Amino acid sequence: MKCGKQTTLLLAALGVLHVAILLAGFFSPYDPAQQNRDLPFTPPTRIHFVDAQSHVHIDPLVCAFQDRPDAPGEYFENRTRCVPIHFLVRGTPYKLIGSLHSNFHLFGVDAPAKIVLMGTDAYGRDVFSRFLYGGQVSLFAGLLATLLTLVFGTLLGTLAGYYGGWFDAVIMRGSELFMALPWLYLLLALRAFLPLSVSTGESFLLLIAVIGLVGWARPARMIRSVVLSSRERHYVLAARLFGASDLYLIRRHILQDIYSIGLTQAALLIPQYVLAEVMLSFLGLGVGEPTPSWGNMLSVLHQYAVLVSYWWMLMPGLLLVPVFLGYSLLASYLHPGRAAERA
Amino acid sequence: MYRSMWFIVRRLFYSLFLLLGVSVLSFVFLQFAPGNFFDEMRLSPQISRQTIADLHRQYGMDKPLPVRYFSWLQSVAKGDWGVSFAYNAPVAPLILERSANTLLLTGTATLLSWTIALPAGILCAVARRRQPWIDHAADLLTTLLLVTPDLLLALGVLWIALHTRWLHAGGMLSAELPDENLWGHLKDLASHLIGPLIVLVVGSLPVLLRHVRAAMLDALDLPCIQAVQAHGISHPRILFRHALPGAAAPLISLFGFSLGSLLSASLLVEVVMNWPGLGPLLLEAILARDFYVVIAAVMFSALFLVGGMLLADVLLFFLDPRIRTEGIA
Repeated sequence: MKCGKQTTLLLAALGVLHVAILLAGFFSPYDPAQQNRDLPFTPPTRIHFVDAQSHVHIDPLVCAFQDRPDAPGEYFENRTRCVPIHFLVRGTPYKLIGSLHSNFHLFGVDAPAKIVLMGTDAYGRDVFSRFLYGGQVSLFAGLLATLLTLVFGTLLGTLAGYYGGWFDAVIMRGSELFMALPWLYLLLALRAFLPLSVSTGESFLLLIAVIGLVGWARPARMIRSVVLSSRERHYVLAARLFGASDLYLIRRHILQDIYSIGLTQAALLIPQYVLAEVMLSFLGLGVGEPTPSWGNMLSVLHQYAVLVSYWWMLMPGLLLVPVFLGYSLLASYLHPGRAAERA
Repeated sequence: MYRSMWFIVRRLFYSLFLLLGVSVLSFVFLQFAPGNFFDEMRLSPQISRQTIADLHRQYGMDKPLPVRYFSWLQSVAKGDWGVSFAYNAPVAPLILERSANTLLLTGTATLLSWTIALPAGILCAVARRRQPWIDHAADLLTTLLLVTPDLLLALGVLWIALHTRWLHAGGMLSAELPDENLWGHLKDLASHLIGPLIVLVVGSLPVLLRHVRAAMLDALDLPCIQAVQAHGISHPRILFRHALPGAAAPLISLFGFSLGSLLSASLLVEVVMNWPGLGPLLLEAILARDFYVVIAAVMFSALFLVGGMLLADVLLFFLDPRIRTEGIA
């Protein structure tokens, strides 16, 4: 693994994003469910350094949005009502990682103005805050589902490759059955056989299970092929000659060979699985309102009127591109030449 | 030749095994599914328990799973795919019409993306030494497209269509046709097809392009190509007569696999852009718990994918002499 300056930068950027999503309560200025029905679909707040009297400020300013009296539903910035952005302010209380109570936010503004970096949605909720909280569902569902797939795939692939025989045959035919379906159809089919309306927590776990179980076939086959060559290596044969048990051989020698391929697979699978969650929630089969997820935030775009008039509602989708780019570059750094094989 | 035909027969049987396996799995999962279409009727005070029990019996839902599976298999063999509860109509005509639409979309998309990917990939592979900037630009573009989700592409094309009105925003045919003849009909269909087609082609292009380039580079590195070069044979002839056939085998197997991701992308595009294909039907059926439609839609998607892989195998059989002579040697 080559560890140049770029890799470090890249890992740092990905790391910051993950930390911001994990500690969404601190990094987001508002509560994701806090509605503001007076101001639906406000565009992203502009940040100023010069106020209405042409005075230059060092600390950035934001101005309050007001309804245009002649055209309802459109807004203008009231440049006479500007307030500075404060950092490390007290605001709405939240729970950090599900347990730690706090009301400190990284940034915030005083009452008349609002700071909405990505605009607001139909209920006047802050899209930026919802994006961070939504990441807790989408990104972490992807991460956990990847973990599930890799554990399941490694288990089956190792056992099939190491022991061979009828077990190998069953696993391989089974994996071909799973690959005989286009994966989105498979995903939807599995989802079809599960209950439709469930609570948020349950549907989160359900999604992880469905997404994680759909994708086991490819990693399992890849790992099996590695194990097949790995168990014939001379040092493995030598260790076996000395009376090493199967469990010892798999743990000490064979899993070592799987490790790097598993890591590369993870970097390739994570974006795919995040996207799976996004698509399921977009289609209304994943996590439902009011809990934000990147998929259900995009599902308002089913309405053409929203898509045409309020471009900032596309932000969760647009931000998927840099996230996926990060993971894809990570995969190619972990294993140069492998990244192109994603079909 | 007759003995070597076994290859194709074997692949045919294997495809049948896959389809049977998928159907068995679907039925087993169906057993675990909580609730069915008639559950919501139970909430209605106007429908008696007796009626619901009668409906269950009428659709054979009180029988054990193996019995239901085999009667389903029997009727499918006769071309009857069961009854849709939601549409209260046989599934077969419904699914055939929808899958024809999906096939039209994915078929055109496959054709178009391969016609673009083949020359572009060959160009990248050839230009790598003399004009490396072409290869670099293509690499950058494919990387960017590779990380752009199909969902975003579909929404983007829809956004452009709605803003500029160059394209139809969704649907397959206009409500009122401009003129009733066949030509007008086809023109209308084509103008609706463009939007979803762009999404699918742009979405599947980067993967194909990269594989074509890699396969061509591999083929150009073969010793036989160097020998041909040493003989002084012209560049285009080397490229198309000697290198391209060598690169064909991995590309044909890719054709089978790429169909899977194309069908998945197509499902999403159909839903976003209102193309009346299998995708929206499957989604509606899932939400209504209309299981025979779900199973039929899943089976048809498997049929397309398995059929595509079989087609790739047959193509490979005729193009790759190593497979053709396998049985004889």
